[in-house]
Amino acid sequence: MSAAPQKAKAGAEKIAVTVSAVVPLNDLVTRFEFKRTDGADFPPFSAGAHTVVEMRDGERTRLNPYSLMSDPADRSIYAISVRRDDQGRGGSLFLHQKVKVGDTMTLTYPVNLFPLDLRAKKHVFFAGGIGITPFMAMIAQLEQSNGNWELHYACRTETLGTYADELADHHPNKVHIYYDDQSQAIPLEELLDGQPLGTHIYVCGPAGMIDWVHNTASALGWPEENVHSEEFLAPQPGKPFEVRLCQSDITIQVGEHESLLEAMERCGVDAPFLCRGGACGQCETDVVEADGEFIHRDHWLDDEEHASGKKIMPCVSRFVGKTLVLDR
Amino acid sequence: MSKFQFPESIASRPVYGTLEPRPGKAHLMIADAEGAEAILDLAAQNKGLMSNTHIIFIPKGTDFSDKLRALKPAQYYEGPSYPASVQRIRKVLGDAHMGLQVYLAGTEGLMGQAMNEAVSAGIPASAIQTEHRGSVARRMQCVHCKGITEDVVTDPFVCSHCGLNLFVRDHYSRRLAAFQGVCIDAEDPGNVPESVELYK
Repeated sequence: MSAAPQKAKAGAEKIAVTVSAVVPLNDLVTRFEFKRTDGADFPPFSAGAHTVVEMRDGERTRLNPYSLMSDPADRSIYAISVRRDDQGRGGSLFLHQKVKVGDTMTLTYPVNLFPLDLRAKKHVFFAGGIGITPFMAMIAQLEQSNGNWELHYACRTETLGTYADELADHHPNKVHIYYDDQSQAIPLEELLDGQPLGTHIYVCGPAGMIDWVHNTASALGWPEENVHSEEFLAPQPGKPFEVRLCQSDITIQVGEHESLLEAMERCGVDAPFLCRGGACGQCETDVVEADGEFIHRDHWLDDEEHASGKKIMPCVSRFVGKTLVLDR
Repeated sequence: MSKFQFPESIASRPVYGTLEPRPGKAHLMIADAEGAEAILDLAAQNKGLMSNTHIIFIPKGTDFSDKLRALKPAQYYEGPSYPASVQRIRKVLGDAHMGLQVYLAGTEGLMGQAMNEAVSAGIPASAIQTEHRGSVARRMQCVHCKGITEDVVTDPFVCSHCGLNLFVRDHYSRRLAAFQGVCIDAEDPGNVPESVELYK
């Protein structure tokens, strides 16, 4: 990080946008399209990138990451597709219920934690449900360069198959759809058998699907470097706890329904972050003192680091116990 | 004893490990000379491995052929030299599918060149296993005339192409699968230190 300019504020740089379209796709998923409020082009992004959407919900500021699913070659819009989660923390409900065409919002510059490996001789995508979104951009990007790809997409039902018809119409030989309610399942072992050397696979979907693909590929002798996945975690509620931040010299309370990172921000601490979903590693924080149990939920630290009690990812992880002092 | 502990060196220098059986749909083992011993050790750990293994072996005057054949690999090929075997290696990699495990054993020159073939076929370098056995001779590139001198065992040595006196560096090129040889008497021609055996 030597030559990189030091940013004044945590998180990626921000862009002021205006909502240009709200397109309901089915009962659960709606697409939101944004144009820059200043009328300029958006910064280019590589397929697989996400943006963090800032939502002003009354007193509360919500920051949720969503994969950019528009064509990376089209710099006039950014689009995200959001699945409504009625049991979630409220970010997706806010977008579905409150956001209208013409509203002004703030997005962050795109950050890519799920890029295509362009050395691959072939790309095979596995999508589960709303996990289709990063692949929409990847397919658009690979179609521009005549890339070798195929998609295997599992959806619950035909009516909930977001973009399934569109994809199957445009790429009938490359897109394979599997409907749960018709007892169709991705024949993973057969698909992994016989792929040419240099094939890379990408999976985005529920945690169980991601583990299934990783474990099956590894048992069949696939190098882990050829298996890519992305899963954003939403912070889970938990018992409130107290944290001392020794650099800032304050003690803060983390509420039941907020993350440690959100509590720090609420108290005016400018803590670093990028993805807010336990994947990027930006918010990694050193533990100075701890008497209690960590509830680690991130994908960033390894098992050894989790067990050491020396580090925590405040975007998704929590703590239960008497004292916690962080170097922040 | 065919194993040699290389001294600690710069980051550019390759580091070799010990072959271990890994799950895979097919296995490709490429070895020269004493590298055969690493394959024999590997086969002893997992008898079932050989039924879908292809061995490509370059004896370089050693007599391991019968022992390797006795492992009953699915396919066995013996080549007189690496350049004579490389067509076969390319064909095997070109026909291979994901799930292939690659094991390389023997001299640095063999492992480096075969690694290059496997990486350009699409296998990440970190997923290819290597084990050094036998000669510590190096494949050297003269940085002046770009000629390759195989099996260099002394430092300095004379470039087999341009005749310059070359100092043996640990600076390694994965693309060339060769170490860098740099003229040792450029400032003061003829002032060449006495040649010594590598690592002595």
